[in-house]
Amino acid sequence: MAAVMPAPAQSRLLMSGNEAVSRAVWESGVKVAAAYPGTPATEMLEVISTYPDLYAEWAVNEKTSLEIAFGAAMAGSRAFCAMKHVGLNVASDALMTLTLTGVAGGLVIAVADDVGLSSSQNEQDSRFWGRFAHVPIMEPADSQEAYEQTKLAFELSERFQTVVILRMTTRICHVKGLVTVGERVPHVAAGFKKEPARWVMVPGAAQKRIPLMFQREADLRAEAEVTPLNFVDAGSDKRVGFVTSGPAYMHIKEAYPDAPVLKLGLSYPAPFEKIRAFAATVEQCVVVEEVEPLLETEIKAQGIKVIGKEILPRQGELAPHVLKPAIGRLLGEEVVEPAKKPVRAAAPLPVFPRPPTMCVACPHLGVYYTLAQLRNITISGDIGCYTLGFGHPWNALDACISMGASMGMALGLDKGRGEADKDKKIVAVIGDSTFMHMGMQGLLDIVYNKGNVTVLLLDNRAVGMTGGQDNPGTGRDIHGNEAPRVDFAAIVKALGVREERVHVVNPYELPTLFKTVREETKIPEPSVIITNQPCVLVDHYHGLKPFTVIDDKCTGCGNCLDTGCPAIHVTKRDSVVKPSGKTVDLAWVRIESSVCTGCGLCVQPCAPDAIVHADKVIQIKALQRH
Amino acid sequence: MSNEITNILVVGVGGQGVMTATEILAEAAIALGHDVKKTEVAGMAQRGGVVSSHLRFGPKVLSPQIAPGTADVLLAFEAAEGMRWRHMMRPDALALINTGNLTPPVVELGLFEYPADPIGEMRASGARVYSFDASAIANELGNIRLGNTIMLGAIADHLTFSPEILEECVLKRFARKGEKVIEMNRQAFAAGRAAAAEAAKTQGAAEAVPA
Repeated sequence: MAAVMPAPAQSRLLMSGNEAVSRAVWESGVKVAAAYPGTPATEMLEVISTYPDLYAEWAVNEKTSLEIAFGAAMAGSRAFCAMKHVGLNVASDALMTLTLTGVAGGLVIAVADDVGLSSSQNEQDSRFWGRFAHVPIMEPADSQEAYEQTKLAFELSERFQTVVILRMTTRICHVKGLVTVGERVPHVAAGFKKEPARWVMVPGAAQKRIPLMFQREADLRAEAEVTPLNFVDAGSDKRVGFVTSGPAYMHIKEAYPDAPVLKLGLSYPAPFEKIRAFAATVEQCVVVEEVEPLLETEIKAQGIKVIGKEILPRQGELAPHVLKPAIGRLLGEEVVEPAKKPVRAAAPLPVFPRPPTMCVACPHLGVYYTLAQLRNITISGDIGCYTLGFGHPWNALDACISMGASMGMALGLDKGRGEADKDKKIVAVIGDSTFMHMGMQGLLDIVYNKGNVTVLLLDNRAVGMTGGQDNPGTGRDIHGNEAPRVDFAAIVKALGVREERVHVVNPYELPTLFKTVREETKIPEPSVIITNQPCVLVDHYHGLKPFTVIDDKCTGCGNCLDTGCPAIHVTKRDSVVKPSGKTVDLAWVRIESSVCTGCGLCVQPCAPDAIVHADKVIQIKALQRH
Repeated sequence: MSNEITNILVVGVGGQGVMTATEILAEAAIALGHDVKKTEVAGMAQRGGVVSSHLRFGPKVLSPQIAPGTADVLLAFEAAEGMRWRHMMRPDALALINTGNLTPPVVELGLFEYPADPIGEMRASGARVYSFDASAIANELGNIRLGNTIMLGAIADHLTFSPEILEECVLKRFARKGEKVIEMNRQAFAAGRAAAAEAAKTQGAAEAVPA
């Protein structure tokens, strides 16, 4: 995206939390911002890259992004990085030691927890990192707070010379609200000062930094007692008071507008004296936090009487309709259980599930169609659109945990195979961006330790799942400018995969793909099959002439449905009993030609040649008419 | 809509323009001086999954989420999706529903069935529903992508503010796309209004069942 003129100061704009943070990053005079895409954090760097006067980049993974930001902060510049919750796990190696060095210029990490699990593999609570690394956690409750807290985070970071974690959740990142924005204030970098005792963390130097880290934490706790980020909303109904942080604050204000609330914007280190004083003003004090009982456990350890996860769920969002029954019961109020409400008003009507699908003409369709045809294989999967291969109709992905894990899991499945699996073929499936993020090391391990694994490297020239962002494999940088493009075949060969075992295949050519996968899985050594067609949602992709089905020719075999292309629709079903006595289900189809981009996948398994280019049919019909 | 806060739930399938439509509704509410919050789960929306977008506006909006049973208007871009979110409606709420169907692969594969009469089932559950075929109208106007402008036209006469403000916000979106595109959207907006008005006239009797 090209830089645009930012909206003038004092504008009141409808902004998502991600957009609000981005604006504040720019206004704070940040010089360097880096991230690896990940829902729900992706838009932060996308938006930041549109602002002028700063350096923004897509990093290859979150650890690298944090190290880049840290480098800039050592140089005295303000720096920022954004990541999803699991990204901070990747970056944590850097975090756990840069907490000892501290920073010169302000350094803020915005971490987006996927509370409610809309698009992630787990629901971990990133606030643990504040405790683990002894660094402050700030938690905004909406877009306006996200904007304000980001600016304050840079001030706090410089005042206490520490990285600050801004803890977002999906319900902050992707909620739009009105934000009043301000001016950009340039920040002058002090310049890097050589100071080995601070920046070179060898044991002797680190030992001396540890007491400083604990002193800083104590100072921050004192700050938490006085900062206006931690404030009390006095309420008239003292039966129950709430200690809360993040978006749960808005849910409480919605559900219990008259209740006293202690809102913690700087939630770690927690201000225990403020909490103790607040708890004494209410009959019962409930800690409302998403997800884990972190504040609650610490407050209880201080001997302050509070209630928390005894009555509230430890999973998912604490929306008003979740809070009300729990708090109602605590207050001894009669709670209408959803199941007991009149059916008409409350019960959801039963509707089929509508899981996310791969796109029409997606280059992964051919890969999963092929994998679904193979027997006796175990498929180790990874994070990306291709994770959807676990679903119907392919059912061709057997495991998925974390970025790059397909490689190590595959090697482990190979080395750890039991007698029952001795003839099983092990396949790993990974996307281009995930391979560069954390997959390359795993492949090196497979090669080095002589694993018997066939790797499918699905190069669709985009970070597809998060919306088609660029990466070192696309030949473009975050601004869309030309950038060096990685050569995957050269990389895997350099890692030691033998040249004969490396294939680049067009995934729309099913016979070639099938033959290559089948042959490589038979050969007991590492092989890599690279598919080379772009994501249909990025501009590298060019659609072809759409197809249609000749009704009279369709025999209802349903082979085309096995591709999983969402442009194919069933028009009629039937079942016949074959001479062998076996019942076969039939499904006649049509193709939604207005969305078909002519990839030709479905044409290949069509037995009666009933699928033809749409314009051809129109011509035939036209001829018949005249 | 006696509450201070108006809750509008816009639902459909990824790729239909649900989020854009909600954003335009939000812009209209802002133009009238309301506080606004808009939320949805967008992570996997473009993969043909379920999309539900919450819009709340009024003097001061706190929680961005519409609680079940509190939506004032349900605007459904797809029939079964209207049915899926029916429980979000207030007892006296109105559902404006596109009768057009989008069947997902799990239905095409025969693993699940598409409901035979989603609108009928909603009415049987006591919901007030105005339904019309926005997909067909869009195709008649020459572009299925006009669907979300048609849906915005349909809701225009069922808001707390005048339809002209919403129309202005819709057309502003296309200001840079040229007069032809603006005109197509103007027609689509009018067609949506007409479709909802016609549905109100012919289907009004069906709304008699109180919840």
